[in-house]
This record gives sequence, structure tokens and C-alpha cells, in this order.
Amino acid sequence: MSQAEAIYALWLREFKVFTREKSRIVSSIFTPMLWIFVFGGGLGSAINIGNVNYQIFIYPGILVMSVLFSSVFFGVYVIWDRKIDILKAILVAPLSRTTIFVGKVLGGCTDSMIQALIMLLVSFVLGIYLTVSSFLLAITILFLLALSLVSTGLIIGSLMESPEGFNMIISFLIFPLFFFSGALFPIDNLPIWLSFITYINPVTYGVDALRMAIIGVSQFPLYVDLIVLTGFAVVMFTIGTRSFERMK
Amino acid sequence: MDIAIKTINLTKKFKDITAVDDLNVEIKQGEIFGLLGPNGAGKTTTISMLCTILKPTAGSAQVNGYDILKEPEKVRRSIGIVFQQPSVDDILTGFENLRLHAMWYGVPKETREKRIDEVLELVGLQSRQKSLVKTYSGGMRRRLELARGLLHLPNVLFLDEPTLGLDPQTREHIWEYIEKMSREREMTIVLTTHYMEEADSLCDRVAIIDQGKIVVMDAPDSLKEKVGGDIVYLKTTAADTNKFREIKEVSKIEKKDDCIILTVKNAGEHLQEILEISGKVESVEVRSASLEDVFINYTGKEIRTETGEGGIVQRIIKERTVR
Ligand SMILES: Nc1ncnc2c1ncn2[C@@H]1O[C@H](COP(=O)(O)OP(=O)(O)OP(=O)(O)O)[C@@H](O)[C@H]1O
Ligand SMILES: [Mg+2]
Repeated sequence: MSQAEAIYALWLREFKVFTREKSRIVSSIFTPMLWIFVFGGGLGSAINIGNVNYQIFIYPGILVMSVLFSSVFFGVYVIWDRKIDILKAILVAPLSRTTIFVGKVLGGCTDSMIQALIMLLVSFVLGIYLTVSSFLLAITILFLLALSLVSTGLIIGSLMESPEGFNMIISFLIFPLFFFSGALFPIDNLPIWLSFITYINPVTYGVDALRMAIIGVSQFPLYVDLIVLTGFAVVMFTIGTRSFERMK
Repeated sequence: MDIAIKTINLTKKFKDITAVDDLNVEIKQGEIFGLLGPNGAGKTTTISMLCTILKPTAGSAQVNGYDILKEPEKVRRSIGIVFQQPSVDDILTGFENLRLHAMWYGVPKETREKRIDEVLELVGLQSRQKSLVKTYSGGMRRRLELARGLLHLPNVLFLDEPTLGLDPQTREHIWEYIEKMSREREMTIVLTTHYMEEADSLCDRVAIIDQGKIVVMDAPDSLKEKVGGDIVYLKTTAADTNKFREIKEVSKIEKKDDCIILTVKNAGEHLQEILEISGKVESVEVRSASLEDVFINYTGKEIRTETGEGGIVQRIIKERTVR
């Protein structure tokens, strides 16, 4: 099983880089914290959604946000690897492009999941009681999201030549995915145009499922959410493999 | 003898530049083959295609019997490469770089540590193996890159300027190892270099390429013979250069600043005649032809390597009008 070992080696490299660049973790945790405690705390002192406090209501949404940002952004490291000539050494090794892609995806998912775990600990501060099963469900949902979104980031990274270009593309992608996901508002009573966009945004189903897992409210049945999320992951993963195959 | 590398009309075009132009070369198993040529000649591009990093615009090649277009993964498994631009990972330690590499290439677990130790010793980096590569000097990076290329004992090793920026001692050390690898393991080695004495002492055969085409290809000694004799430098402004044509052993006359450069068969025997023609000279120097003379002869360019500030090797290639 030399491919398995090669994947492990590729993952290990990403993991070591992640643990050595502590600033990456800190900065990626900082913004979601501001959202939860300043935005959520501020509006939460005045607003309830149904009978859920606003701060608690957006907490699953912000969890998704932290995974969304760090996962898609992971794609930029492909461009950096190319810039500093490390990618060349990987591409000339006897690894299939699929192997390289899988190694990268697992590396990116690990980064995102470590952040997600730290963010899940915040639930204690907010006084949310997570059972083991709701915790495991939350982890599964976040992992499915990370898998699709890391793949998305890597696809963009494999197509772009400069980090600047990457940043431009993702600001046109990440912010809409976030704002149209129902992370910050309930989606049961939206104007038609807004609800249309929200419903075709796969991230919406991540937020919805996570809200079910963490605070027990949701718009769609859980199985619908999970089917959409799994489908999204399969599609993005497949396209990602193809785009690595084609990458120069 | 088995053929390790065979290119068939190998061509690479970048927009309007033809970097490699219809290249046909056969390199034997166990041979040390040098690719020489001025900057931009197409050496790196050729190697990149043979390593399957770049796709040729036309033509093809076989490496270790595998087609670079049809079986790129098999090609990659059988080769090692030291890039011109170091590609080791800054944020990992030297040891980690090697270990990951060994895993990518499927070096068995049992021999992994031993091989890593061996190559670290070869390049003299054992004591720094635990430091992050970003704390290495430029030369240390190159050495690590070289260690990495050798780690999995490839059948064919590509070295794109392997000794650039290395101190003389390390260079010699590396030469020895390259020779040993080729001798004991029948490893085929393709190297590019701008150090002519390196190519001369290491290579079984060299190809001088310019603008993507092979200008000449042969063993260094045969090439030197083709220059047609020894080189005589006369420092004088007085003499009429045409008069040297009276000596039939003089095959080439050049004038450069206040120097006359003659190519003469058995120069020692004709020195008297030469000096009679030249009249008074400030100084005379006679030496046998070097690969550098071959290079100048065929490319019309002069290669000089100089150590600049801070020990960084700068390369100066001067255009020279050959008369
Ligand atoms: N990616 C590229 N895009 C466009 N042109 C390129 C590219 N890579 C190389 N070239 C061009 O191809 C030619 C050959 O370049 P190459 O790097 O093979 O030269 P070289 O012989 O290795 O030179 P050097 O001694 O400087 O390393 C040059 O004219 C160069 O400008
Ligand atoms: Mg080059």
C-alpha cells in the first residue's frame, strides 16, 4: 500500500506546516469569536428568534462560517507551493494526481476540523449542552462541509496563478456563500429572490443541519440536509480530482 | 549497451520562442552525460520534459524504456532530479524533507532511515538535519536537494546545475559521489553545468546546445581535439594578424583588446616562428585547448564564473565577436 503511505506523507506535510504556523489558527478563530460574542452578544441582548436567543441562534452559523473560510482559503497554499517551487518536487514524484489531491484535501480538512473543534468548545461558554450524539453529528456535518469546501478551494487554487487572483475569486465566493446561507437569519419567511438563492446554496443545508444538531431547530428534515451535503462533497471532490489531473 | 534515454524530435515551443528544437539524443545506461550551453539554451526545458513536468510541443522521448507521454508515472518512479531552483520545503527540517520524499517514492521502511543517514552524511548535513530548512544557507539547501535526489537510488538522475554555489570542497565531494554512483550502480546521470572543468572531468560525453539545438556532441577529449590544437595568447598591439597565416599549423586567429589568440597545432614547436612574426610582445601564454575553448568555438560565447559578494556565485556570459 505505497499510495496510502504517500497520502499519509502528503497529509503529514500539511499538518506539520499547520502546527508550525500558529498564527494561522489564531487568526482563523479570531473573526468567528467576534461574530459570536460582539455581533451575537450585542443583538442577542435584544433579540430572540422564536424562543431561541439570537446569540445561540447564530452560533451554528458561525461554526459553519469558520469552516467555510478556512477550508476554501486552504486552496491558496497550492499557489504558494507553486511559487516557492515545492509543488514541482511533488509533481515529479511518482504519485498520481488523485493521490496528491487526496493528501491535500485531508490536510485541509484536518486544519478546518481542528478549528471547528476549538469553536465547538465555545458551546460550553454559551451554556449549550451537547450530548455525545449531537456532538458526533455536528462533527460529521462539519467534516462533510470541510470536504466539499476544501475541494472547492483546491480547484480554484489549481486554476489560478497568483495569490492575488485567488483572493479576488474567493471574496466573490465566500461572502455570498456565507450571507446566503441562513447563518445569520431564519430562512422560513424570506422574500422569494432571497429564499431562492438561499435554497440553492449548499452551505445553507450545513447550517440547517448543524442548527438541528446543536439547538434542535431546523427548516428541513435532517436527512435532506445530509443528502445535500453528501452530494455536494461527492461532486466537489470529483471535480477536484479532475482539476488536479489537468493542473500544470 | 542499453539505452537509458532516447529523444525523438523532442521539441518545446513557448509562444514565439523555440526553447528545444527537434532534439535527437541517445544516452546509454551508466553514462554521465553533460548538457552545456549558454543561458536560455534550453537545458532546463529539456530536462523538464524528460522528467514529465513539461509536455513537449512535438516529438517524444523514452526514459528507462518508458514513454514520457504514455507512461509518465513509470518514468517518474525511475528517475531522480535536482532542480536548478531548490525545491526543498522551508518549513520542514532537513530530515523531514528526506523522510517525506522517501515515503513518496516508496523507499521501504526498513532501509529508509539508513538511506537518509547515508545521503545526509554524503552532503555533510547530519548535524543540521533537525533544523528547519529556512535556517539553511543557499549552499546547504542545494546539498539537501542533492541528497533528496539520490535518496531513492534512481536509475537515471537529472542534475540541473548541481554544484552551483557550492564551496570547492563540497563540489569535489559531490563529483566523487556522482562518479561512484555511475560506476557502481550503473546510474545514468544527465547534468547541466556552467563549470567547464566540471563537465570535462565528470562527463563521458557532452552535448553543447544553443538556441535549443545540439551544436556538437562527443566525448570531452574528442571535442578538445576538434579545436585543432593548443591556444597561444600573445599580448601585443603591434603585429599584423594576417601574417600568422603563413604558418600552416595555425588554424584560427582572433584579436581581442590587446591580445592575439591563436589556435596552433603543436604550439610548442612553432613558438619560435610565431614570435618572429609577432615581433615584440608583452607576454606569451601557451596552453592546451580546454572544454571552454570548445564552448566558445561553437557558441561564440564566453563563460566565466566569478564569486561575487557574500560568496554568491554570479555567472557572467559575455558575447564575443568571433572573427
Ligand atoms: N515557462 C516558460 N515560458 C516561456 N518561456 C520559457 C519558459 N521556460 C523557459 N522559457 C524560455 O525557453 C528558453 C530556454 O530556457 P531554459 O530554462 O531551458 O534555458 P537553460 O538552458 O536552462 O538556461 P540557464 O543556463 O539560464 O539555466 C529561454 O529562452 C526561456 O526564456
Ligand atoms: Mg536552466
